[in-house]
Amino acid sequence: MKRTWYAYPYVVWLLIFIVVPLLLIVYYAFTEITDEGVRFTLNNIIRLRDPIYLRVFLRSVWLALISTIACLLIGYPVALILASKEYRKKRILALFFVIPMWINFLVRTYAWMTLLEKNSAINVILNFLKLPPLNILYTDQAVVLGMVYNFLPFMVLPIYSVLVKLDKSIIEAAEDLGANYFIILRKIIIPLSLPGVMSGITMVFMPAITTFVISRLLGGGHYTLIGNLIEQQFIFTGDWNFGSALSFVLMIIILLSMLIMRKYDKDYEGGGAIW
Amino acid sequence: MVTRIFKKLYLYLVFLFLYAPIIVLVIYSFNDSKSRGHWGGFTLKWYAALFQDREIAQAVYHTVLIAIISSVVATVIGTAAAIGIQNMKKIKRTIILNLSYLPVLNPDIVTGVSLMILFIFMKTFTGVGLGFTTMLLSHITFNIPYVILSVLPKLKQLDRNLYEAALDLGAKPGYALRKVIIPEIMPGIVTGFLLAFTLSIDDFVISFFTTGSGVSNLSIYIYSMARRGINPKINALSTIMFVLVLILLIIVNLRLSKDKENTKDLKVNSSLRRRGELNGKSY
Repeated sequence: MKRTWYAYPYVVWLLIFIVVPLLLIVYYAFTEITDEGVRFTLNNIIRLRDPIYLRVFLRSVWLALISTIACLLIGYPVALILASKEYRKKRILALFFVIPMWINFLVRTYAWMTLLEKNSAINVILNFLKLPPLNILYTDQAVVLGMVYNFLPFMVLPIYSVLVKLDKSIIEAAEDLGANYFIILRKIIIPLSLPGVMSGITMVFMPAITTFVISRLLGGGHYTLIGNLIEQQFIFTGDWNFGSALSFVLMIIILLSMLIMRKYDKDYEGGGAIW
Repeated sequence: MVTRIFKKLYLYLVFLFLYAPIIVLVIYSFNDSKSRGHWGGFTLKWYAALFQDREIAQAVYHTVLIAIISSVVATVIGTAAAIGIQNMKKIKRTIILNLSYLPVLNPDIVTGVSLMILFIFMKTFTGVGLGFTTMLLSHITFNIPYVILSVLPKLKQLDRNLYEAALDLGAKPGYALRKVIIPEIMPGIVTGFLLAFTLSIDDFVISFFTTGSGVSNLSIYIYSMARRGINPKINALSTIMFVLVLILLIIVNLRLSKDKENTKDLKVNSSLRRRGELNGKSY
């Protein structure tokens, strides 16, 4: 069946709405408007070396990193428990884990605003227990909390799906040979679950480093993360050249880390040979 | 025994972490007092205010309309594209598939601003400014790859002989396509459609950059309200959205438990979907 022309409408669409916009980003990132017209420049990229922007970049990476580690530390045991013998049959529990992911991202983030503000339920309870109040709304802690809350399922699910598929006979063999649970965990379960961990890390780190909603709603100040900086350039300042340069660098970072992560993600299958 | 209690405790703590914010939000939506410190009695006034708000009605209308149109268009273009791509030579196929992955892998914010530049750039030729049309085009754009990714595995499973047998028995190619191929890949098409629909309903970032003044969807509306602080009307709106999602999830799960094959497919592809919504359906 030779029906390759069926794909032509999509190919046209692909060119107009995916390829051309990305080329425009590259174009704006590497040009500037002078009196003589538009010319090639590296100034937009070099401007990123300005300490103000450099700090934003480092801060984004740092907060995303903390969130990813927190998700891994909280999420791995969850996946382990959900995949363990006594919970395996209880699919409904895994489903409960997924439901929050279906709630609109903004609603989830907004929910933390109500929970963290000064007169929140948490502080009423803390006050009742004669404990000091929690005042972290509009700080970095709140941003990390929002990230962990929003992206935790992305860490748990890939690890869970690898652990569920794990060959039980290997673990039984280790038990027969006298290994205790911690040795089994360290020598068998963790190494074999690494592909899941890797995709979990990717799925948490990527959205965490590019978000501008969480930092805008839960964090303080305007220049919090790269995402906010990009939003600022396009929505308020109107500096497309610098905004494009930021987007270009962000895109390169993401695609490169995807490339590296893919090497570890053995589960990956698809038509792509490059990514 | 001790470890079992510990396991249970840990799990429930994490569930508490996941659900507490939502539950508090739902409770506050019925709170008569505007200060959230104390309970001022049960009220439905925030819901009443919500239903009288014309802006919210507009946002709901835009959200649903865009979700329906974009998922239908994306399903048609995407399914056709998948059939075409399946029959392409390897090099061409690899190039097109890799380009298709770009919007899936790229940060939403980059996709959003790149489309925004495109639309403003094109305005000089087409005269269409940022607004409903551009938001719709963007939604179709980010939906098509997900439809292709859902349909392609089904096409790979398809027995080529079936189609040829139909031709041998005198079916015209178009007829064979309609009667043989499409029914065989239908589960993939439906999955792709549902996925596209939910992604569109849920999208914020790309819509935010590609819409113009006056046209907003629910996510944009919540964002612009929440930026100004807490508002009990958003609590009510969020509660309604949460309940709708729950109902939708129950329906989808009932459907999927009937269709085991489909569920397996979703799992295989789950690692691909960084948006993760898809993961949801497979468990």
